[in-house]
Order: sequence, then C-alpha cells, then structure tokens
Amino acid sequence: MSTEPLIFECGAPGRQGAKLPALDVPARPLEELLPSDQVRAEPVPLPEVSEIEVVRHYTHLSQRNFGVDVGFYPLGSCTMKYNPKINEVMVGLPGFARLHPLQPEHLVQGAIQLMYELEQMLAEITGMARVTLQPSAGAHGEITGLMIIKAYHESRGDYHRKQILIPDSAHGTNPASATLADYESVTIRSDARGGIDVEHLKMLLSDRIAGLMMTNPNTLGMFDENVVEIARLVHEVGGQLYYDGANANAILGITRPGDMGFDVVHLNLHKTASVPHGGGGPGAGPIGVKEHLVPFLPGPLPAKDEHGHYYWVDAGPQSIGRVRANHGNFGALVRAYTYLRFNGPDGLRRVSESAILNANYLMRALQRDYELPYDRTCQHEFVLSARRQKEEYGVHALDIAKRLLDFGVHAPTIYFPLIVPEAMMIEPTETETRETLDAFIGYMRQIAEEARTNPDLVRGAPYTTPVGRLDQTLAARKPDLRWQADHK
Amino acid sequence: MTYIPNTPAEQEEMLRSLGVTSIEDLLDSVPEEVRLKRPLNLPAALTELELLRLLRGMAERNVDLDHLVSFLGAGTYDHFVPSVVDQLVKRSEFYTSYTPYQPEVSQGMLQAIYEYQTMVCQLTGMDVANASLYDGATATVEAALLAVGPSGRGDVLVSRAVDPQYRQVLRTYAHGRGFTLKEVACADGITSIEDLERQLGVDTRAVIIQHPNFFGNLEPVQQIEHLTHQTNGLFIVSITEPVSLAILNPPGAYNADVVAVEGMSLGSSMSYGGPALGMFASKAAYLRRLPGRIAGRTVDNRGQTGYVLTLQTREQHIRRERATSNICTNQALLALAATIYLAVLGKQGFRTVGEQCLQKAHYAYEQLVQIPGFRPAFDQPFFDEFALRCPVPVAGLAAALEQRGIIPGYDLSRDYAELEDTLLVCVTEMRTRQDIDALVEALRQATSSSTRSPSMRA
Repeated sequence: MSTEPLIFECGAPGRQGAKLPALDVPARPLEELLPSDQVRAEPVPLPEVSEIEVVRHYTHLSQRNFGVDVGFYPLGSCTMKYNPKINEVMVGLPGFARLHPLQPEHLVQGAIQLMYELEQMLAEITGMARVTLQPSAGAHGEITGLMIIKAYHESRGDYHRKQILIPDSAHGTNPASATLADYESVTIRSDARGGIDVEHLKMLLSDRIAGLMMTNPNTLGMFDENVVEIARLVHEVGGQLYYDGANANAILGITRPGDMGFDVVHLNLHKTASVPHGGGGPGAGPIGVKEHLVPFLPGPLPAKDEHGHYYWVDAGPQSIGRVRANHGNFGALVRAYTYLRFNGPDGLRRVSESAILNANYLMRALQRDYELPYDRTCQHEFVLSARRQKEEYGVHALDIAKRLLDFGVHAPTIYFPLIVPEAMMIEPTETETRETLDAFIGYMRQIAEEARTNPDLVRGAPYTTPVGRLDQTLAARKPDLRWQADHK
Repeated sequence: MTYIPNTPAEQEEMLRSLGVTSIEDLLDSVPEEVRLKRPLNLPAALTELELLRLLRGMAERNVDLDHLVSFLGAGTYDHFVPSVVDQLVKRSEFYTSYTPYQPEVSQGMLQAIYEYQTMVCQLTGMDVANASLYDGATATVEAALLAVGPSGRGDVLVSRAVDPQYRQVLRTYAHGRGFTLKEVACADGITSIEDLERQLGVDTRAVIIQHPNFFGNLEPVQQIEHLTHQTNGLFIVSITEPVSLAILNPPGAYNADVVAVEGMSLGSSMSYGGPALGMFASKAAYLRRLPGRIAGRTVDNRGQTGYVLTLQTREQHIRRERATSNICTNQALLALAATIYLAVLGKQGFRTVGEQCLQKAHYAYEQLVQIPGFRPAFDQPFFDEFALRCPVPVAGLAAALEQRGIIPGYDLSRDYAELEDTLLVCVTEMRTRQDIDALVEALRQATSSSTRSPSMRA
C-alpha cells in the first residue's frame, strides 16, 4: 500500500489509453514528407497503459497528496485559503478555455473585458495607476517591477544606480530578482520590533540606490509602522519603492501600497485572490505602478473605446517590453476576477480582518508553549520559535513540523524568515473555522508536551504518512531525477 | 460571505478572548495616515448564481474554437485532450496543494513531477529536466541566462525565425540582465547559415533557434549545432510545438545543450494563451545550473522509495542573490496535465497524433498551393505548419473567411515586413478533411472574386 509504482512500470506492450479517429486524408509515406535525418528513429518510449490504469495511478497519487481541501494548511507566507469551486467551473467554460491567444479582438471581447475590469479592480485595491497582468507569478512580477524601475532611472539619464535595498526578513526571490535585473542586493537589518531598522537604512541610503523592496506586513506578520518615513527617505535619494505583495491578504480595504508610498506593487493572485496553488503553480503575479512608471509597463494593455469595444494597445517606446508570451495566465485571472466580484469591497475587507483575527487568536493561544520572538499584535500571520524546545529537549522546528503531519494538518513554513532561529511561520487564513483553529492549538500544545516528556517521539515523526522522513542528503548527493528502463 | 465560516458572533467571542473589543484594535500598527478611510471602489458583491450569469455572459461574448474552424498556430496549438486528463487534474488533493515542501504528505505531486521529468527527457532526448517554468518564452530566457552564467554578460544570438514574442521577451531580459542579444537573419524561411557564421565569435555564449521554427520550417539543426560548437556557445533549441517531437529527431540526438519547450500542446487548454507550461531540459553537465524546482527519488527512514525536491542550493530560498533563477511558483499543474496526457496516449497514441498533424498539414498544403495565385512562401520541409504566399493581403482574406466561420491562419506581415501577403497555416489532428477542404474552397472563392479587383497583386 505504501508505495505506488511509476507509470513506466505499469501496463503492457500494445496498451493504449486514448485513440484518435482514423486519418481522413490520404496517408503519404513519411520519407516523402520529411528528410530522413530529421526523423526520430524510434517512437518516444512513453508508457503503454490503458485508461483505467492511468486513472487509478493518478488517483492513487492524489491520495498521497495533501491539499487545502484535505485539511488545515497554515503554511506561512503562502496564504493557503480555501479555493472556491465556482472559480474552477468558470475557468472551464469553453468561451474562456477554448480561446486561441491570437484570435482577432472582436472575437474575444469577453476575455479582454474581463482583463480590463480585473486591471481596474487591482489598481483600486493597490492604489496604483495601471496594472499589467502579464507576470505569471510573484517572482515574475518582481523582476518585471525591477526592470521598470531600471528603465525609469535610465530614462532620466541616471545610469549609476546599482543597488537594491532588501530587508533581512525578505523572501529569497527579492535578492534573486535583483540579480536578474543586474542590481546588487544590499541587506537592511530589522529592528527590535521586527520592522526595518530606520537608522541602518539611513546609513545605506545614497544616490547609488535604485530602490527598496519591502513586504508589508513583513514576513514576521508585522506591519511596519515606519513605512511612511521609509518611503520618504528612499524617495529623497531618488530611489523607487517596490511592494512585495506576498502578504497582501492582510491589507485588503484597510490600506493600500500606493497610499503607503510605494511606486510598484505585485500581487500574488494565487495567494490573495484564491487562485489554487496547483501543487506549485500556475499562479499570477500582476504588478501595478504609479503614474510616472506607466510608460515603462510591458504591453499590450487592454483598453475600451467609447462604443464599449475592448482592444489591445501596444506598448509605447519606453516600455521594457514583453515579459512572457501572450497575455498572462488567463485561467488564473478568470479565477481572481470571479473571487473579487464575489467578495466586493466589504467582503474583501472582511477577508483581511478575519485573516488577522484568526492569526492573533492562534498566536495568543500558542505563545504559552512556544517562544514568540516579537510580542506584538500580528497581522495575517506570525512567527514562533522552537528555540526553547531545541535548547531544552533537542527538538527542532523540523521535528515539530513533521509531528504535526501525524495530526492530519500541514506543517507551517519553517526556518523562515532567516532572522528567527527555529522559525515556525503560521498563517491560518480567513477561511478556517474556530474549531479547526482550536484543534490546531491542541495539537501544538500536545507536541510541546511531547517534546518535554518524550522528545524521541517528536524526533521520529511522522508515523501516519505514506512515507517517513526522506533522505535529502542521498537525493542531493546521488541525484536520481528520472526513471530509466535499465535501472531499478 | 460563505468563504468566511466563522459568524460575526463567533468572531466577537474570539476578539473577547484576545482581550479586545473590535477588529480595529488589531489594526493599530497601521498608521492612521495610510488607512483607507472609505470602502474600496469596486463593484458590489455578487452571489454565486449572479456570478454564473455574469461570467457565462462574458464567456459567450467570445467566439471559441468549438465555434470556428481555426488554422491558427503561431506558438499555440489546438490539440485533442482526452477527458481523463481534465478529470484527474481536477482532483483537489493536487490542485489545492502548495509546492511540495513537506514531502511526506506530498508524495503524489513529487512522484508526478519525477514522471514528468522523465517524459520531458524522453521527448527531448536530454539528460535532465526541471519541474517546469512559466512558459516557452521564459524557458528560452532561462536557457540564455544559464548560458551567460553568473557574469550575465556576452552575446546571445537568436534566429529571426524564433517566435517574435519569444524574441521580445529575450530582448526585455537581455537589457535587464546586461547581455547582448543579436538577431540572426533568415534566408528562405530558415536561419541564415551565412549570417550565423558572420556573427559567431569569441563572445558568443549561446545560439538560439526554434525547431520547427516560427514559419513551421525545419531548421538545418546539424549544421547550426556544428557551427555553434566551434565557439564556446551553447546550442539552445526552443520548441513551441512539442507534438513535433513525436516524429522529429529529439534535440539530444543533434547535440543540443539546452532545450526550452512550450508544453501547452500536451494536455492543456489554450485558455487564451495561459497558463502555459515552460518545459526545460539540458545535458547532465548543466544540472547544477538548472533554474527552478527539481524532484528526485530517494529513500525514507523505513527503507521505502520516496520523492523529494532536491538540489535546492541552486534556488532562491537558499542561495538568494546567487540563485540560478528567481523562479519560485512554477506551472506544476500543467506539468501534471502533460504527464497524464502523454501517459494516456502512450507510445503509440502520441506517435499517431504526430503523424496525423504531419499528414493533414501536408494534405492542406498540397490543396492550397493549387489555388490560382497561391504559392509556397518557402521551399522547406515542415511539420504541422507552413507559410503560404497569397495573391492579396491576408487581412482581407481573413475578414472574408470569418464570414464562413473560418480563421485561415496567422498574418505573418504583422511581425515580418518582408512577408507581406503571407499566411501561416497550422493543421493539427483537430481539423478534419472537411475543414481543410472548406478552407481551400473559401480561399478559392475569396480570391477569384478579388481577381477582378484592381488592388490584386500577383
């Protein structure tokens, strides 16, 4: 029961799960159509399996996978909220699913309208002038935004700005994106309250600064109270402010990056706007910009004429250019549009308020058993430390995470942010019942108790999952990354 | 408000347990001056039933390919997706999961990625593959970034026969990262060997071709490989139509270094161009420079086989500014769809899809070039797409054919000024002989009337 064979190990020669109708045009010999040196010698050695074998195999695999629909998924910074089912129905409508991206505009009016209206909604939510829907994920939005900032400086003849300031609590994508834009990442320390250390920031500011990337609330789940001052300081030296929207689930209708002083913002629609994470993707990472950066946006952008017709406008001469083919992850955009229209303005504010309430409810209940390094009201998430468990009982955050799996919940994000030792980052989201939160509190307390009385039990977890702890060292040292017919 | 389960009364109890009276008390770290003091200016909330009506209405303002006879390709291809693919991808244990950070409860997705990586290697003939990237264009960019390496400098040569959108994306990133992108001219619908030879040099880090190329033509891959490898450059093959790999030599067989593929053809809906699927494979030598997630097989503490995300020291969450890429979220669910698609069609079925595309496209070609005034734009072998020189501008033809519910193809003059009156026609297994004959008849009629028009150019 506890292993599932690979699809390559199933089936028998000659089996086939799907067939096409017979060829309805005269068949010509292959050698008449293609030069022999361009033709593959053997068919692709794909599996030979019947439909039912495929169905059972992937159903079994799905049963070995944990999703939001299976149980509580408090994975911090990932906003694992419930994914409404209507979204999935809408995206499957043939009028959306069966569209070719190069169809003439007059045949895709509904699609452009949806993107036009979504752009307007996202601009309002973020307080920005315009939005591009092209970026496919948060990190894709980051590099797009940084290239826009770079193009802006260059348009002013300002070529000497080479640094991007990034707090030490930031996601790894921030510095990785800065490198891609050919910027040097400069790390800003956090202060005792978990925010940006403003004094340190002042020391780092210079006319070499292209911009600052900031997540607010940050990855500790703390809203940075100094954000206005930070924005002023960065703008004073001519830098631009980038808002990493990974934590935007805390601010809907409460505050807006544009009002905080940010020039560019991305939203992870697969977090905030209920687009399912799909086991790793697809998501969507649209970015919004203030008026002065609009000329640099990738194109085309959707537009509407006075007769109510929708059309695409090519980017202007200052645009950074496309960041992907076609118009973005349209399927994700349909889901996000559905979600935003479902909630409306009051509903979105309630989303954030409820996410904040649930997080504080958990945080206050858990701080008795686990160290709370920043003892402040949190926003949509918070970070605990297993430092005490580690020092006193030799039980690490990793062990606690694995033990949680035995209770049928997903583990929090662990060892992130990097500034908290033995970090456990917990984000319950707004879509969980009080009973689920109470049950989680119970599991965490029980594990704290187990760490004290029976640490080996925690260190040996998990016990109830299809596989136990996996050998990561072996995986990296002797990479086995594909099946091959001749190895077992 | 059905997505927030706790009632206002329950929320009040929770607030009381926190020792506060209202939600406002939890927002006190948000400075007054940045608070939004009005409701968001958004349309009012709708119920599920209202939303169904609204979105169905919007969907119906589109004319989808079930209601058109389309010969559009040009980077996105209309292929049959067996019902099992959608049904299995809709298993919510898959689609509501995150990136598999906790392997013990993510074996399903991890094993599927391992199977996917295997199939990508089988298709491309390469040694290693990653777990997916955003799309074919950004996968091509990542291939260029791998080639230029940590310095981010050097020349990347890209053929003008590469998808124009891909070249635009390459240009964007070249400027951002700081490498030099140079375009290699075309001659008779393929990469000009003469111009390639002229531009290759000591600074060359990569040569990027598309195969089959944007015009549908097969490139002289061996010749280009040979020339590229006389320099220090990597030979990068970009593929927008992976169904071609059912028939064509895999890039591994002609010594490609990195292969970037748009995988939407394999089991995903076109969905107006996204989500797409960036497939990425390379020689083993570049394994530790690969972008993005990679799944690997290992063992657990009970002695069982299991799967994990591996070689993570390449990635942004570990390596930060020195990561091989900034990618985090990828296109895992489309990778799963591609895996199921390739499994259910299997060795023979996938071959048949390729054969039918090839045969039908050639049947269409033979019929179309017999229409007076129409001739092949190029004299090159092709797979399921080809360029046709028309006696009149394509825009007028397209408008005339749309009256009959036919989209005849893509107007190449939109991207190539020298290719006026040139139509790019794609024929997949989805088009019947009747569809093809209807296209031929419609073009014949549309141009026979225009032969009387003074605007006609022969």
